[in-house]
Amino acid sequence: MTRENTLVSAQWVEDHLDDPKVVLIEVDEDTAAYDKGHIKGAIKLDWTTDLQDQVRRDFVNKAQFEALLSDRGVANDDTVVLYGGNNNWFAAYAYWYFKLYGHSDVKLLDGGRKKWELDSRELTDELPTREKTSYTATEQDSSIRAYRDEVVAAIGTQNLVDVRSPDEYAGRLMAPAHLPQEQAQRAGHIPTAANVPWSKAANDDGTFKSDDELRQIYTEAGVDWSKDTIAYCRIGERSSHTWFVLKELLGEENVKNYDGSWTEYGSLVGVPVVLGDEPGQADA
Amino acid sequence: MCGATEGGLSLDGVNVAKEAVIQGRVVRDGEPVGSAYVRLLDKSGEFTAEVPTSATGHFRFFAGDGEWTLRTLAPKADPVDRKVTAQTGSVAEVEISVG
Repeated sequence: MTRENTLVSAQWVEDHLDDPKVVLIEVDEDTAAYDKGHIKGAIKLDWTTDLQDQVRRDFVNKAQFEALLSDRGVANDDTVVLYGGNNNWFAAYAYWYFKLYGHSDVKLLDGGRKKWELDSRELTDELPTREKTSYTATEQDSSIRAYRDEVVAAIGTQNLVDVRSPDEYAGRLMAPAHLPQEQAQRAGHIPTAANVPWSKAANDDGTFKSDDELRQIYTEAGVDWSKDTIAYCRIGERSSHTWFVLKELLGEENVKNYDGSWTEYGSLVGVPVVLGDEPGQADA
Repeated sequence: MCGATEGGLSLDGVNVAKEAVIQGRVVRDGEPVGSAYVRLLDKSGEFTAEVPTSATGHFRFFAGDGEWTLRTLAPKADPVDRKVTAQTGSVAEVEISVG
């Protein structure tokens, strides 16, 4: 994968607003953002209700994903362009999700909703209508999803990339600072994980930095390009952003997103945790 | 600790005693800017969080004790940086004017 087939600019989106085979989908942390205004023709996916199982902590399964996309009028051969707020955190999460279920042509709008707004491009509250489809998903691609046992086994052997802010990594904050801080799990990070905040990969306007800049950032942080990599954050959405950078922009082969992330790891009994700014040792 | 600061965002439902709140409003010529983005940078300048402003120009962060920088991006304006100190149990109110 490369930038050319995974990322589109705001201008490209504006030029394709009336293309029936391009489906714009907004996915936001603030699930009400779409209702206040969205890019013309865009449909909405709600990451809390549409993409998550409502009982277990897991994704919707293959059949539910097929039913969801069929209902919203997304076809297998459509070009899906995802965008959202928070510098595309949740759009990147949805991108990873579409890849997990095998959608072939999916892209991110570079800079997401913020870039679109800062460019003063048009938003509408008009709701589009799309004909229902009969969508077929593949089985989940386990090569891009990490579970907790793999993460524990990766300590000291693979690249672990903690993409949260330095204060969350060190254990001084429990959540991104736009959310209340009271949480049940322990603070800190997984031993040996490098701290490369997702934000290092993005410019202030939310667009991604150049491939050369990106490769340098992760190299300087100690990522060993000869090893497999697992990215994690708090709930798996910011690490989707970094997964996108490593796998889709830089074309690294074995990169997984650990969607359980800190809310799972920090609640596990008996696993090692490191506090402070240093990665720590494998036998911590 | 009861009662919001004059003109500030309501603190109903926020446990102020346990949070180091930074909040405020973005204005242009005295009018609220509802299409701005406020970024919270830590003392080393590293990004920590970002929120879009509400229709009334308001924003809020739950930070930690110490010095922070608010960087505000708005359409057709240069970014504006403002330093702010947060402390658990208090609310730092900031009004930010963009050009």
